[in-house]
Amino acid sequence: MARTRYASDRGLIARMGATMFLLGLVFTGFIIALYFVFFWYGHRHGGGGGSSAGLVVLAAVIGAGVAFGGYYWSDKIALSTARAQLVTPQQAPHLHGIIDRICALADMPKPRVAISPVNLPNAFATGRSSKVAVVCVTDGLLKKLNDEELEGVLAHEMSHVAHKDVAVMTIASFLGIIAALLVRFAFYGELFGGGGRSNNNNNNQNALPIMLIVMVVGIVVYAVSFLLIRLLSRYRELSADRSGALLTGQPSALASALVKVTGDIAKIPTRDHAPGGAAERVLLRAGALSQEGPDEPVHAVLHPPAAGEAAGAAGQDLQAAQQVTR
Amino acid sequence: MGFLDALLGRTKPVPPNLDALFALPSAAITLQVAADFKPTGTGSVCFRAAEGRAFSDIESEVRDLLNMGDNKTPVEVSRDSYGFTWLVCQHSADDVEGLVTDLHAVNSSLENAGFGPQLLCTILSFRDGKGRRLGLVYLYKRGTFYPLAPQSGENRDNALELQVRGVLGDDLKIEPDLERWFPVWGAPGL
Repeated sequence: MARTRYASDRGLIARMGATMFLLGLVFTGFIIALYFVFFWYGHRHGGGGGSSAGLVVLAAVIGAGVAFGGYYWSDKIALSTARAQLVTPQQAPHLHGIIDRICALADMPKPRVAISPVNLPNAFATGRSSKVAVVCVTDGLLKKLNDEELEGVLAHEMSHVAHKDVAVMTIASFLGIIAALLVRFAFYGELFGGGGRSNNNNNNQNALPIMLIVMVVGIVVYAVSFLLIRLLSRYRELSADRSGALLTGQPSALASALVKVTGDIAKIPTRDHAPGGAAERVLLRAGALSQEGPDEPVHAVLHPPAAGEAAGAAGQDLQAAQQVTR
Repeated sequence: MGFLDALLGRTKPVPPNLDALFALPSAAITLQVAADFKPTGTGSVCFRAAEGRAFSDIESEVRDLLNMGDNKTPVEVSRDSYGFTWLVCQHSADDVEGLVTDLHAVNSSLENAGFGPQLLCTILSFRDGKGRRLGLVYLYKRGTFYPLAPQSGENRDNALELQVRGVLGDDLKIEPDLERWFPVWGAPGL
């Protein structure tokens, strides 16, 4: 039996598990809070909470629809946002070659490959399953990185596919979507909903507090789940950094790619050498940015400056484990 | 990959499966009889070198291992344009068994040092009377073989590959998923 060099990152997994647990906790708390609000209201006003309960059901249905649409068409949405085109092995032989080899190393089915004409160095992977997965890189990334760095970035993106990150993040953000919709509905319900129930004076007076409570609960839940989802997303990135680096065995290539990519994004506003006054410069810059297109398509991977950490840490793992096996 | 692994973003590196390599000598005979393809005596092992001291140590160990012994095997080491390392072993054309034993030794020393997941593939190359090239590629992570017939440029002779699949169906476990038959461009010795 072969020994293995791969130490598992318990800390990262524990933090990710804790975040997911907290998300579940917030979700449960949300449902219980809504239940009590309607129970209390219905108890005091004899079934008058029907319209508000309908609101919650409507928000849940629309939220589920939005989340499912985003999940089901994630590849198409992301590709059209980035204006990316699928490329064949004939059009981009080297890119396909790199991906072929990563697939063979990782024993995973080959995703489709797309190139986006955007000049920002960026890459993303999307698609609800490994069968319809797409890995997309931008022109800027292809120009900026050398082969080893490109391989590191692609291995990172394909780890997202292997980890089913689209599905995990869709499920995680589902609650946030519903909470946001509820806040909006409650807000409009308060603005325009009053007239509809004016035939019942008593009911109308009490509709205000219940809408307010729903709104406040929604805002709190949205804020908390937003933070938790950002946290979870960051852990998923670190996790993909780690497994990408372990897969290629070149953690420093990935780290240097991340430094290049983030460095370049930070530099973009200063890359303007347009002559003329400040106003003209601002206009030019705005034009240039809008031509650059959206800088964060669905599930884009814009790494925060510290994102090299995991690759670095994986590198240390590798070194340490090598010391052990020697 | 299990549900929990997907949920927690864990990747288990896939360990290689080496024993199927010993099916190659009989496949070589079948190929010679049925399709007139003769082994060239060249075999190569491809892996992704990891950075760090441990890996370069094991690399030189493997080279020493093959260069020693009674039947000194010349081993060439090269890097292709994708950054992968190739160890190319050269035997006489009729000594397929010796060649496969050497290839297995290379693979198992890398695996024993814990670098199994870095192994990409092993290729045994063949030629026919008309000079057509054919490689039998072994994918460790799948435990399967597939034929690769490169032509000039980055083209491959798919008809020949499918014909060879038919010939070797009984000798080797051929990769059933055609999408996994990836073209190993730039393989030395092929």
